[in-house]
Amino acid sequence: MINIKNISFSYGDNLVLKNISFKVDNSESLVIMGPSGSGKSTILRLILGLERPSEGTIEIENQDICVMKEKDKRKLRKKIGMVFQHGALFDSLTVGENTGYYLIEHTNLKYEEIERRVREMLGFVGLDANEIIDKLPEELSGGMQRRVAIGRALLSTDPKVMLFDEPTTGLDPKATHNVLDLIEKLYSEKAISNITVTHQIYDAVNLADRFVVIYEGEVAFDGNLIELRDSQDERVKTFLKPFLNSMGNVLEKKLLAGN
Amino acid sequence: MKYIFQFLSILLYKVFLTSCEVRPKMDCKERTLLIFKAINRGLKHFAYSCQEMFFFSVRMCFAFFSRRIYVAETMEQMYLIGIGSLFLIVLTGIFAGQGFAFAFSMELIDFGAKNYLGRIMSISIIRELGPVLTGLMMAARVASGITAEIGAMKASNQIDAMVAFGIDPLKKLAVPRMIALIVMVPALTILCDIIALIGGWVVSIFITHVTSTMYWSPAFEKMVFGNLFIGIVKPIAFSFVIAFVACYKGFTSEGGTKGVGKATTESVVLSSILILLVNFIITKFVFGLIKGYL
Repeated sequence: MINIKNISFSYGDNLVLKNISFKVDNSESLVIMGPSGSGKSTILRLILGLERPSEGTIEIENQDICVMKEKDKRKLRKKIGMVFQHGALFDSLTVGENTGYYLIEHTNLKYEEIERRVREMLGFVGLDANEIIDKLPEELSGGMQRRVAIGRALLSTDPKVMLFDEPTTGLDPKATHNVLDLIEKLYSEKAISNITVTHQIYDAVNLADRFVVIYEGEVAFDGNLIELRDSQDERVKTFLKPFLNSMGNVLEKKLLAGN
Repeated sequence: MKYIFQFLSILLYKVFLTSCEVRPKMDCKERTLLIFKAINRGLKHFAYSCQEMFFFSVRMCFAFFSRRIYVAETMEQMYLIGIGSLFLIVLTGIFAGQGFAFAFSMELIDFGAKNYLGRIMSISIIRELGPVLTGLMMAARVASGITAEIGAMKASNQIDAMVAFGIDPLKKLAVPRMIALIVMVPALTILCDIIALIGGWVVSIFITHVTSTMYWSPAFEKMVFGNLFIGIVKPIAFSFVIAFVACYKGFTSEGGTKGVGKATTESVVLSSILILLVNFIITKFVFGLIKGYL
């Protein structure tokens, strides 16, 4: 579904991504991992067409978003749901207005119909609509904000693929668990592919079928969990080293479950 | 000499945001070359920024004339910019008018020409003081607000979220603010003119002891097409300046909250300088065009 071929990207003179290539198939769950500042989030911005790579192509359903006009990009973006880091909810709008933002802006639906859909979506992401629909984002906890952001992305578009940028950063364990559950629910119930960017191994292991490790702007690894554990690449080993002891049990559990 | 060059190099580094290495054993020629390089880089940076801002302004104008206008956002901005600035403009007008009238009347009394106070007040306030003061006040209050708001939205990815949901941020955020400024800055300028003239009248009655008739008759006499035209063209031009600069600085702010703070300061400074520059240009060139109507 998404085919990234040889992309390079730089911010000014700083080369962030070097010759990156990988594919994401339909109904696949991919996690992009790597240390902070390795260019993970930039890949999501490139997929969404918010940035243009200096080299390479990004094909989404066989259409190269890098050469598209803004008007055509908008059509293609309807197939992609994006959940930004920290949610990126509009802080001057209520939770209800945030969730129904796309419907308010792009459709002629009646207010009652938009409210019905917003309540339904808030219910789907595990929130009590009656309690929060009129609240401002700043009145919600971090975990609730992420879930509203996921709801907004789902209601805004008809996504074939969801992009999550650090969905659990800054959340407590319970909120992290809730958000991860929700992402898994999307994947299993709605068969929506997802690409999650994270530097937290626990999240990655719980979410993904496939892992891509970005190290200093290059793809250091692309494969499944067993291959990840057994990788002899020094860059992958360096990245995984701090987590291996604490995450050993989770890795084994996941592998056993897979078997 | 060495220290002068070092000082100049550091100054140029600060001014032009460019690196100039000063090594201990550099001869005079090398140092001079270094300074010219710094100036060269600085000028290129300046030219690039001007070009970026010009293209941004062009994009804003295209967005202004494109089909969808966000009426609710525009009305909200009109309220925030217009009604929100009323108190500030009234205070500015009354104190500036009184101060101006007082300073003029002291000189006019010496020449026995205090009856000309209304005439001078009318010309100076409608042509210059009202538009410039209102423009500067709006630059301080509104430009900072617009830059900070858009910059904060950018820092928290809200603008990217808008793009992701198929909304053009220029149409949604910049155009309503520009329309609101184009409507409200001239309106506030007219208000400032009226209040400043009233302030002058108070001084003329109680300090200069000029009668109301002697103040208002020549003042109204000078409210001719030419003066009023200049007095309304200037705030319209200033509103474009504030909108372009404030939105540009907001949309291009980088570096999180610190970057937003820096962009806000730059927005106020740049829009204030440009207002003064545009004021001079309009006074110089439009004056020549409508001289017969003054």
